[in-house]
Amino acid sequence: MPTKLAITGAAAVAHAMRQINPDVVAAYPITPQTPIVEYFAQFVADGVVDTVMVPVESEHSAMSAVVGSAAAGARTMTATAANGLALMFEIVYIAASMRLPIVMPIVNRALSGPINIHGDHSDAYAVRDAGWIQLMSENSQEAYDLTIIATKLAEREEVLTPAMVNLDGFITSHGVEGVEILDDEVVKDFVGQWEPKYPLLDVDNPITHGPLDLFDYYFEHHRQQQEGLKNAYKALPEVFAEYEKISGRKYDFLDLYKMEDAEYVMVVMNSAASTAKYVVDELREKGIKAGLIKPWVFTPFPKKEFLEALDGRKAVVVLDRAMSFGKEAPLYSLVKSALYEAKERPMIGSYVYGLGGRDVTPAMLHIPFEEAMKGELDPNEERYLGLKE
Amino acid sequence: MPVNMKQLINLVAKEDWPFTQGHRLCPGCNAPMVAKWATMTAKALGYEPVVGAATGCLEVSTTIYPFTAWNVPYIHNAFENVAATISGAEAAYRSLKNRGKLKTDKPIKFIAFGGDGGTYDIGLQSLSGAVERGHDFLYILYDNEGYMNTGNQRSGSTPPGADATTEPVGKVKTGKVQFKKNIVEIIGAHENVYAATASTSDPFDFMAKVEKGLKHEGPAFIAVLAPCVRFWRIPESDGPKITKLAVETKYWPLYEIDRGVYKITRKPRNFKPIEEYIRSIGRFRKALQHPEYKEVIEEMQKYVDTRWERLLKFEEATKGMYLR
Repeated sequence: MPTKLAITGAAAVAHAMRQINPDVVAAYPITPQTPIVEYFAQFVADGVVDTVMVPVESEHSAMSAVVGSAAAGARTMTATAANGLALMFEIVYIAASMRLPIVMPIVNRALSGPINIHGDHSDAYAVRDAGWIQLMSENSQEAYDLTIIATKLAEREEVLTPAMVNLDGFITSHGVEGVEILDDEVVKDFVGQWEPKYPLLDVDNPITHGPLDLFDYYFEHHRQQQEGLKNAYKALPEVFAEYEKISGRKYDFLDLYKMEDAEYVMVVMNSAASTAKYVVDELREKGIKAGLIKPWVFTPFPKKEFLEALDGRKAVVVLDRAMSFGKEAPLYSLVKSALYEAKERPMIGSYVYGLGGRDVTPAMLHIPFEEAMKGELDPNEERYLGLKE
Repeated sequence: MPVNMKQLINLVAKEDWPFTQGHRLCPGCNAPMVAKWATMTAKALGYEPVVGAATGCLEVSTTIYPFTAWNVPYIHNAFENVAATISGAEAAYRSLKNRGKLKTDKPIKFIAFGGDGGTYDIGLQSLSGAVERGHDFLYILYDNEGYMNTGNQRSGSTPPGADATTEPVGKVKTGKVQFKKNIVEIIGAHENVYAATASTSDPFDFMAKVEKGLKHEGPAFIAVLAPCVRFWRIPESDGPKITKLAVETKYWPLYEIDRGVYKITRKPRNFKPIEEYIRSIGRFRKALQHPEYKEVIEEMQKYVDTRWERLLKFEEATKGMYLR
């Protein structure tokens, strides 16, 4: 029987890790990811799990150690946030190129400077081209579920691609809510065992990991990584369906909220979607056909699903919790690009909100809808919600 | 003889070489000697070596895809993180063994190779972290005193006056002025560590230390002076000849710090002046023409003399005082 616990998002992720019971966890604490490492370290200290924990001296070493561990053939996890992710950046790419199915929760936090420990998505966006699967969670329950789903997905033979599970710093990681925890055995059976084909520790069949690729093979190996992400895209519906069987919770590329007949659509990632859903409800009460799309999957980007969901709507407003200096905001740019092939292109607008953890209020989220309804969207203008100008 | 020579000879005869011929290191390079002796010693002792390498000459020249010169498991990750990478592999070994998931029951030993750039400089934090955490691994530094893989740039190991492209000898400068970082003291200052120097001129001393390092339960570190014939501007045949002179001039004393206990493993009967060592290496030629370099040599002589006296005193003072 699943258990309902009132816990933080960090604790929910730590419970998922406990149930996945990885062979090795190497991690370095950073606000607001720290409680994940602390909870898990306590599980290790109490003998709840027999995972070998490597308390490294930096995130760079965390990612380096998990590469060594996963290459050795061990199921391996770590977790980080913002500046920590930036420090491990070099090895984040290498982990993906070595096709190691590492799972890493990212507690989304603003990338300095100026230094700020609160939630935004600049860290997730910074590594969007690194070759990792990126799953996005609205709340603690989703962070828990997607951590388990990520493990199953990343380790599939045809995928073998590392995966990040994003949850918003403080709002999700430190906020207490009800989370349904599956039975340990159910999770254990779901994730199964990882059987790597070419582990480093197979001394009878020695393999060279991480050789030098010159101009004659590098391109081909990157092409193969692209195939891994394509296969992840194909495998996701199957893994989601399997997870629904054990949990009763349905996941998809996109979380479609009141979208059946929606004319005005907001696209937003992670925790702000909860506030946006509330705003959609308020608008619906007034008879306005508002809807919301929240991607559960950011990489591989569900372009086709966005096109299908948005083609023919009156207007789309895309919210980004980070900027791309000198360019369009990342999610906006991707959604806009997905609409290139639309038969009936909706009006579209870009809104940046909540940087450095700035609070997102329902009043703020009404603005994009109002501007859409007035026909005031400009596809070439980036607008800011809650900014003092 | 600490290492079983019979086994070593058998391994050579069987061509059961962990590190084989066919790599693309320069003729006369001392790095492959270090790699071969270390991995063969591990094999001769009955261990299965699992090797990690930092980005550098040894790495780029031995694993150009789709070829490899390694007949044992090998991993390369990046420049500054071989210690962290191998610490992850070692943690995986402990975990998988404990969980009964290992395919082999042969005893595995982890050996990480790094050059001086990847050890003294950019990889020092990663190495210190892995040593502090107490992973069971042997880190072997092949010290050629510069970023030789990329064309002789200065490192924290480059000696004063050695011409380096990023700190060259010029009209108003004698090149680098700082002495080499004392890497063995730095690593030896960690807890429960075996740290030693070695030289390509003395393979038996090196192999005995490799054996000690492998048998030590915990981190071990050996810094091997291993010339780059290309950028030291010395004949291809002269690597070990030069490192022999390094030992005889106190430039590179052979000693170990075993859990705090100092031991000088080779005590030359007669010492030669440091200038003889400097004059034998082409990369000092420019500095030697500089009028101010004479003073630097005098300082270096004083430094190595004092260091030797200190070593003798440390050896005396720490006798039997194992910290763990």
